[in-house]
Amino acid sequence: MELALAPETMARWQFGIITVYHFFFVPLTISLAALVAGLQTAWVRTEKQKYLRATKFWGKLFLINIAMGVVTGIVQEFQFGMNWSAYSRFVGDIFGAPLAFEALLAFFFESTFIGLWIFGWDKLPKKLHLACIWMVSIGTMLSAYFILAANSWMQHPVGYRINKAKGRAELTDFWHVLTQNTALAQVFHTLTAAFLTGGAFMVGIAAIHLARKRHVAVMKTSLRLGLVTVVIAGLLTAISGDTLGKVMFKQQPMKMAAAEALWDGQDSAPFSIFAYGDVSKGHNSVELSIPGILSFLANDDFNSYVPGINDTNKAEQEKYGPGDYRPIIPVTFWAFRWMIGFGMASFVIGIVGLWLTRKKFMLPQHLRVGEDEAPHLVLFKNKALGPKLSKWGWRIAIWTLAFPLIANSWGWIFTEMGRQPWVVYGVLQTRYGVSPTVSQGEVITSLTVYSLLYAILAVIEVKLLAKYVKAGPPELTEADLNPPTRIGGDSGDADKPMAFSY
Amino acid sequence: MELHDVWFVLIAVLWTGYFFLEGFDFGVGILTKLLARDRTEKRVLINTIGPVWDGNEVWLLTAGGATFAAFPEWYATLFSGFYLPLLIILVTLIVRGVAFEYRAKRPEEHWQRNWETAIFWTSLIPAFLWGVAFGNIVRGVKIDRNFEYVGNFWDLLNVYSILGGLVTLTLFTFHGAVFVGLKTVGDIRERSRKLALQVGLATAVLALVFLIWTQIDSGDGASLGALIVAVLALVGALAMVNAGREGWAFILSGLTIIAAVAMLFLSLFPDVMPSSLNADWSLTVTNASSSQYTLKIMTWCAVIATPIVLLYQSWTYWVFRKRIGTHHIAVDASH
Repeated sequence: MELALAPETMARWQFGIITVYHFFFVPLTISLAALVAGLQTAWVRTEKQKYLRATKFWGKLFLINIAMGVVTGIVQEFQFGMNWSAYSRFVGDIFGAPLAFEALLAFFFESTFIGLWIFGWDKLPKKLHLACIWMVSIGTMLSAYFILAANSWMQHPVGYRINKAKGRAELTDFWHVLTQNTALAQVFHTLTAAFLTGGAFMVGIAAIHLARKRHVAVMKTSLRLGLVTVVIAGLLTAISGDTLGKVMFKQQPMKMAAAEALWDGQDSAPFSIFAYGDVSKGHNSVELSIPGILSFLANDDFNSYVPGINDTNKAEQEKYGPGDYRPIIPVTFWAFRWMIGFGMASFVIGIVGLWLTRKKFMLPQHLRVGEDEAPHLVLFKNKALGPKLSKWGWRIAIWTLAFPLIANSWGWIFTEMGRQPWVVYGVLQTRYGVSPTVSQGEVITSLTVYSLLYAILAVIEVKLLAKYVKAGPPELTEADLNPPTRIGGDSGDADKPMAFSY
Repeated sequence: MELHDVWFVLIAVLWTGYFFLEGFDFGVGILTKLLARDRTEKRVLINTIGPVWDGNEVWLLTAGGATFAAFPEWYATLFSGFYLPLLIILVTLIVRGVAFEYRAKRPEEHWQRNWETAIFWTSLIPAFLWGVAFGNIVRGVKIDRNFEYVGNFWDLLNVYSILGGLVTLTLFTFHGAVFVGLKTVGDIRERSRKLALQVGLATAVLALVFLIWTQIDSGDGASLGALIVAVLALVGALAMVNAGREGWAFILSGLTIIAAVAMLFLSLFPDVMPSSLNADWSLTVTNASSSQYTLKIMTWCAVIATPIVLLYQSWTYWVFRKRIGTHHIAVDASH
């Protein structure tokens, strides 16, 4: 009980909860901004109304989502100082810079142009208005880049030296921090996973409507865009995950040994698809494993040697002094599998979906559908799936919207828990990072307040999303089809109601 | 001027930008209860800041991030020390952001009313607490030899800091009322002027006491100059409100904020967080700052990015320059 309530434990729970929560909104925001921008570009270029309706529909869901992303992000900027003041003192010289860059270069961009986009429909000429959502999209990605560079430094500190007199780490090479392979691999992996998330979100919601044959024109376009996004992003997520994994095998062998619960190093190390038993004791009662895969993941070589948890622990003890350098093995083991499992499940569903809803390829004439008809799900050459199977097909498509969200959460839990007991790998342990003067009562208070508030907001947000999903894409108005030609709105419109108001 | 001095100035600029911009949108939030007579007027008020409030708030995030990067010790001491008040501020800012974005997303009256209530309180509370926080920073708090805050929550509530809170609360409300005068048409514009006069007078009294107290406690020649500018600007703003010169009134109410924040920072310098226990334990621009290398990189970033930010944020204000009246609000309330 005492251990459970140590300030470090509470602070970690708080960090975990608010960060995982924040990261439900982040990948959706990143991907939906770009996807909405893409749809709006299609509208501006083709003037097909379905694209504008799709823009408005997905734009609305995007806004409901980004609002939560923005407000839950505020806490992130301050919590290092609040709960991790010792950490902040020690690494602020390095870690603060990317955060400040993020605020100055990305947050301003995002939040200013999102305001212009929301309220700008009747204030900005068409192309300028379109440029605003692209700006938002660039802002979201820049933001991701800087914060991931900061996180990568915690995973693999580079470009710094320890100033003994001041008792802190100091930056010596900022460029190295921004461009080290850990950062590049993490950015690549996180952005592709973000698009997998947004694509699956589109697929799921489009499937809700298409299964009921509603709003077909808009939803078919959305389904297609979603599926293509899922497949491309899914593939790239796998590739980038593999890249990141290889980087991690070199930089944090403990994390990767813990991912597999590989206790003792071996050649041709296996990867277990499923394990049942007590992985924390280093043996499994039931196990289904494929030999050589872990070796391949680590070194591109099925026969290579992979160090185990015990070897690495010993090596770290020799390097850093006595202590236990193992993370919580069952957490890393299962988090790693759930990340891959859920992420790849949506990728596979994307491929199958793309095939089932194909437009023409290997599709007989009678199964091809017109612009306003929902697609048949066609598995084999000449026959659509029966009603029951079709129903399941759509149902699975709907479920898939949650899969990448789950995968993302476990991915972060894996990468952060797998680094323990370090907060900055090899440099600073988590327990030395916590704020010494913040009392247990204070942390319990904030943890309770955030948890309650976030739970309430989650209910509100999901209900609101459901309402707008159900409402479907809006009908277009005169004003939508006649955007202004002058900045600030056309002069004749001065006394008209605003196209959008709060 | 050394780099850590430059960053002291830049952090002061960021806080000034934050209080100038979010100051009026806190004020507008407060006025939804004080000024609006019906729901439509409330919406007029909310829409005067609709497109810009989010961008305004980023000034705070940037101030936070820049403090972390340039003065890690300051960042660590301040935010771990002022843990509970900061928690309250963060919670209000979270609810406030959601309130703006979600209020109009459902037509039900109780839904909208609840969010309107939220907008009022979540504007009022941080408007007050920021003043309390800065009052404490300037006055000095219990900081030990390790730069750790060793006081408790109640130590932060003292006459001086509460007075500081009342100053920011009234000053932001005044600034907001002047902004509403500039941004609306119709009846509400006239009423905002009357209210601005009343709130402005109250602000003048409170601010005068607070700033003179600050000057006597920790001021020097430069801070006295800023104090005089602040007071003159406030008097000028009141005169301009009275004369119906809305643009000038806004410039001057803004100048009041700029000068008042400048005065606080001038009376701080070269400390960033004085210790009330022992002057040797105070955090200063030298002992709290980052390395030269980090400061240099940050300076380049700020020098290049800040003008661009100012440019596109100003452009936003120009795009949405038209005044808003009740006739601009569409009847169907739900989006």
